[in-house]
Formats: sequence, C-alpha cells, structure tokens
Amino acid sequence: MKDISLFLGCVIPNRYPGIEKATELVLDRIGIRWSELKETSCCPAPGIFRSFDKITWLTLASRNIVLAGEKNTDILTVCNGCFSSLMDANSILKNDISLRNEVNLHLNKINKEFNGTVEVRHIVEFLHKEIGVKNLNKLIEKPLDLKVAVHYGCHLLKPAKDRKLGSAQCPVFFDELVEATGAKSIPYEGKTSCCGAGGGVRSAMLETSFKMTEYKLDRIKKAGVDCIVDACPFCHLQYDAGQVELAKTGKTYNIPVLHYSQLLGLAFGFTPEEVGLHLNAIRNLEFENKIAEIQKKNS
Amino acid sequence: MKNSEILTCFQCGTCTGSCPSGKYTSLNVRRIIKDSIKKDISDQPDLWMCTTCYNCQERCPRGIKITDAILSLRAESVKKGRILSAHRAVCKFLIETGQSIPIEDIHIAIRKKIGLGEPENVRKYPMALKDVKTLLSSTGFIELIK
Repeated sequence: MKDISLFLGCVIPNRYPGIEKATELVLDRIGIRWSELKETSCCPAPGIFRSFDKITWLTLASRNIVLAGEKNTDILTVCNGCFSSLMDANSILKNDISLRNEVNLHLNKINKEFNGTVEVRHIVEFLHKEIGVKNLNKLIEKPLDLKVAVHYGCHLLKPAKDRKLGSAQCPVFFDELVEATGAKSIPYEGKTSCCGAGGGVRSAMLETSFKMTEYKLDRIKKAGVDCIVDACPFCHLQYDAGQVELAKTGKTYNIPVLHYSQLLGLAFGFTPEEVGLHLNAIRNLEFENKIAEIQKKNS
Repeated sequence: MKNSEILTCFQCGTCTGSCPSGKYTSLNVRRIIKDSIKKDISDQPDLWMCTTCYNCQERCPRGIKITDAILSLRAESVKKGRILSAHRAVCKFLIETGQSIPIEDIHIAIRKKIGLGEPENVRKYPMALKDVKTLLSSTGFIELIK
C-alpha cells in the first residue's frame, strides 16, 4: 500500500477543525503512514462547481490529484464532497483520453500533467477495507456503549456503480465500522436519505435544505439514539448548525453530531475535547457525561 | 437536450418518488426529463433545487443518468448567465481564494487552541494560489462568472 496524503478540503479546516484533529489522532494510533497534502485548493465542491462547468471542475480536481502523485502517494479524503469530486474526476480522466488531453492543456500552463497514478479513498471505506473491522476492534480501549444513528451521506455511496461499495440502498460497511467501537447502530426510517445540504441547495436555498434536515432529524429522534455519526463535514454542518436554526422555529433536538474520526477517537480513549466535540454548535451535557462515565469505567 | 439516453424514459415517476427535495419543493424530476427532450428548460429555477443525491439515477429502471443530466442542464443555464446570486458569490470566492468557504481570524484562533496551525492549503502558499488562478482563467471560468 502506498503512503497516504490527507486531503482536508475546505469545511473541515475552516469550520470543524476538531474533525481534523481527531483524524490525525486516529490515523497515528492505527499506525497509518500519512502526511497532509499541501498547496491544495477546494476539491472543487461537486454541488456548485461540477454543475457550472465540467472542464473547470475536472481541471481543479486534477491539480489536487497531481499534487498527491508528485509525492507518490494516494489521497485520503475525510469528506464526502471531496471524495465525490476527486474520485469521480480521477476516474473520468483515467478513462476518457480526450477529456484528459483537454485538461492537460490547462495543467501544462502550470507545469503539471495528469497521468493517472493516484487512487482516491475515503476514510470510512479505507478503514473498512485496508484495516478491517476485526483489527480496528482490537485497538479499541474504551468500548462505547452508545446508540448511534449512522448517516452515510449521498456521495459516499452514489453513484453505486462507480463507488463499488455494495448496495447504496441498504449499505452495511459504515455500520460495521461504527459497531467496531462497541456502539450499536440503530436502524431508522430514511437512513440513506439526503441531509439536504448538497447540490448548492444549502448555499442558495437554506430554508429548503433545512426541510430535508428536519425530515431526517425527526426520524433520528424517534429512533432514540445518543448521537448521529456521519462521514462528511458538510452533512455534519447541516445536522449540527441546522439544529440551531431549527430550534428558532420551535423544533428542538439537541442530538450530538460526531464525524466517524471523532467517534473512533473516543473509543481509542481520547477525551471529547481532544477530538473537538466542544467545537460543535450542539452541546449535550447528558451525552458528555455518558462519555466521561464510559471512559472512567474502562480506565 | 442532446442526450439520446433520455429518449428511453417511459415516465414511470420513480425519480420523482425518490427525490428528497421534491417532497418539499416544486422540483419534479420526471417532468424535467420529459420537458428537456422537447424544449430548452435551462431557465427553470427548479433545476437548482436538486441536492444531487443520485437517488433518481440509482433507481431509474431505464438506467438513465438523471442526476448527470440535471448537471448538464445546469451548465447550459450557467452559460446563458443564469446564476443564483449565492452561487455566484461562492464562485467569486473560489476565484479569489481557491477555497469555497472563508476562514476568519476566529477560526484560526480556534485551530491554534487545539494545537493546529494554519491550514496547509493555497491560502498559505501564494504561488499555489497563483497556479489555481491561472487554471481558472485558462478554462474560462473567470469569464463565465463575470
């Protein structure tokens, strides 16, 4: 396996740096050889930029991919949007010679060239395939007795024929990874439905996007879970900051939202503060006390 | 729209029934596909209500790449200068900074508190940002957004 370049994108470093910290901590604990990819731009975000101009989207994405190629590494993403843009662009450019030539004409102006040597991964599928549920479970120091609503997010799973991660309707790999931490994944209606943020809807039609978030949160609340676990900082933002916005309309949920890196970090024994849970908009003292008790019990 | 695959649509409505946005908005994917065969619909505001979740594309019994078709229709719309102001702002921000989400001093301070330095992206590396701007100019994106 090649070394991994961590591609953080825009939302994680600029809005949820706790996810960045948690990701670094868990990669080190597992013993994965990684370094942060430098000089990156926006992936660029699939919702708006892919819609606007395919060649621009491919060109900017390919520059990020080439940066990893120059280090002879693959790319590890922690965000479904980055995963979608970089993986899809990578696959299109590997397979479509005429698009690759067109993109390379632009890249050549900055002395770069796409040559198709890099693989693009997402931390959830990467841990599932390369480390495995059993091996991950062996590393758990503080088994988390938690009930979790798993949110895969659309672009981790779809288009399914490109992702090759099994069923997009009834996926299991993320649930297995969550349960490797000792937590229980609770089924809920609309589990693979969208959080509402994608496609440029959040940026241009915030209220519309929150209607979809409300649909999800109502069903997650009904399932009676301790927290939501996601694989994407944009879904994370939509659920976390979204709860604050929905509270203004009289809907209160107070459900903590964790990225998988943060959940795994807690199971490895890192404190909630070390994995950046205090940087969420939604703080739930009952949940934090529960984590403290779990971590105390197993120390 | 020039996409012969779309001609195989038999208007079953699985797309519309699978659409999370269509539950709450006027977005009707079945109608978009139907109308796109006959006329130019690139001015329809509904095109921008799609979250690109790919449910319709996954479930289409004809295997039509519906979400991809919506992306193409959006691109046609953009070429005609029909850009929502919020999206134009995000695009201008990309052109200016190479990123899609701004980082303020308060975020830098939070990062510092948890032991993280400045993000290692183009913001920190002016020559890399210059490269990104060269690309955005070369592909015509800067002109497109004007």
